Amino acid sequence: MTPILQARGLTKSYGKTRALAGLDLVVQPGRVVALLGPNGAGKTTFVRAVATLLRPDAGTLYVDGIDALRRPARVRQVIGLAGQFAAVEEAMTGRENLEMVGRLFGLGRKEARAAAVRVLGQMQLTADADRLVRTYSGGMRRRIDLGVSLVGTPRLLLLDEPTTGLDPGSRSQLWDTIRSLVRTGTDVLLTTQYLDEADRLASDIVIIDHGQVIAAGTPAELKTRAGDDMIEVHVRDPGHLPAVRDVLAEIGHDPRADAAQRRACVAVDDGSSRLMDVLRVLDGLGIAVEDISLRRPTLDEVFLALTGQPAVQPAGAPSGTHTKEASS
Amino acid sequence: MTDAPVIAPSPALPRAAVNPGAGLWSSSAAVAGRMVRKFARTPQLIVFTTIQSALFLLMFRFAFGGAISTGGSMSYVDFLVPGFIATTCLWTGMGAATGVADDVEHGFVDRLRSLPIPRAAVLIGRSLADTALMVWALVTAAILGFAVGFRVAGSVAGALAALGLCVVFGFAFEWVFIVIGLVSGTAQAAQSISLVVTPLVFLSSAYVPVGSMPAGVRQFGEIQPLTPMVNAVRGLATGPGGEALLGHSTGYYVGVSLAWAAGIFVVFGLLAAARFARR
Repeated sequence: MTPILQARGLTKSYGKTRALAGLDLVVQPGRVVALLGPNGAGKTTFVRAVATLLRPDAGTLYVDGIDALRRPARVRQVIGLAGQFAAVEEAMTGRENLEMVGRLFGLGRKEARAAAVRVLGQMQLTADADRLVRTYSGGMRRRIDLGVSLVGTPRLLLLDEPTTGLDPGSRSQLWDTIRSLVRTGTDVLLTTQYLDEADRLASDIVIIDHGQVIAAGTPAELKTRAGDDMIEVHVRDPGHLPAVRDVLAEIGHDPRADAAQRRACVAVDDGSSRLMDVLRVLDGLGIAVEDISLRRPTLDEVFLALTGQPAVQPAGAPSGTHTKEASS
Repeated sequence: MTDAPVIAPSPALPRAAVNPGAGLWSSSAAVAGRMVRKFARTPQLIVFTTIQSALFLLMFRFAFGGAISTGGSMSYVDFLVPGFIATTCLWTGMGAATGVADDVEHGFVDRLRSLPIPRAAVLIGRSLADTALMVWALVTAAILGFAVGFRVAGSVAGALAALGLCVVFGFAFEWVFIVIGLVSGTAQAAQSISLVVTPLVFLSSAYVPVGSMPAGVRQFGEIQPLTPMVNAVRGLATGPGGEALLGHSTGYYVGVSLAWAAGIFVVFGLLAAARFARR
């Protein structure tokens, strides 16, 4: 099967900044792939290269087997793009937006009308089809924007931070819609800064940092690859946290304490026997424990381990949207 | 909505089609259609500029006009209105710069560039729609002109030719504003950069005779493109009376101004295309 996406050694520099520094990635069809990484990691640059909006300085890039550097016009026939903003005409209705883009994709008048009806249904916007987009809510705008990129039934749909700035309800609704696309023959490549989004939406996660892929796999694989189990201790008295942290430091590596949550955790090699050790030592010190658990690392911890910096707050957190838009 | 709980993907996945994409003409028409709807459904875009230009006209006609000598027997209103109409295309064109910048800023241009259409269509469609808007603004300006006392002294054909010439100038300047919109990054910046046309307008023969300006300013006024454009429009609209005020024949100014328009269109059209194709 032809990979839907094949990138080898992609580089792109803006002055002294290397946005892409030899990015390699192969994506098989039938997947929802999330590009995850901190701000400025190169996610958007990569998506723009795939969308033929920018030309890499070096490397090769094939989209559905088409050479994106030599034949960008042909790539545009098989992709759909929804960027960070809802790029729709506010003074037109949802239906008019869809029909216009349908026409631009080369559909006849009738076909464009039929495609608009199909997409409106897919996006659950049929009831609001004939209202001007400027009267839509934020979630509806995102959906019509996503819909516009689907009018041409693309083989590869590119979504740049599709849920930034949405409330939790609209986000999960959009996730359902995106997931259902794969069943209709559209593969999805999306960027996100949100771990929960990557975890819940994507079948594969590609972690990008400094313009390179530093890890790729299913969410479960990535969590396994980050290796060690975590022992987490929840104490009753926050005053005990420093002592608990010291105990954990003896037993595993990379201990961390969170005073607000009265929790401390540590990565360990041999989970179950270490768990007993921790209990024994804490008991000996007379430290009361609310709860102690052995668990797989969260994607958050994977991300921290791989990139050396914490991921951003999930969407809906007050800091999220504005800082993002200002910096992009 | 295909939201039935499907566990395994259907074995016969429909393969998405390859979209041929629209041709140059139909994609330009689609882009222009969007703009026309936007103008029609966002009346403040048009009403605001119309009110602004009406105020402008009233101010020059009734407040400053009395103190301005046309340097001949022509009344100031007959001198002013052709200049006012000719500069309307510049004031209207400024809206194109902010509109283009806004489309760049909010991803609309990127979306269009990712579609299987000739990229030129995005610019051509835009410029056609904006030029249509300019025709509307020119007609409004002409009506305002008649309302404040302007009368065509030349032939009707001449007056219509004058309007046609304004459309040509407007189309040429449109490309200047498209370039400003493409390079400025934000709509706000585009608006500020567009203000560079202000000296062109005021240091031309649009509102006052260039001959009344001090040396230096006068030379600039004489060589810049707007003066021959205004002179051509004035000559056509006011006939021999207006032509007498000009240093050369009306035909001379028509020729010079058309050459300017062609030059502006070629230079800025190429700049816009180059900027747009860059990736």
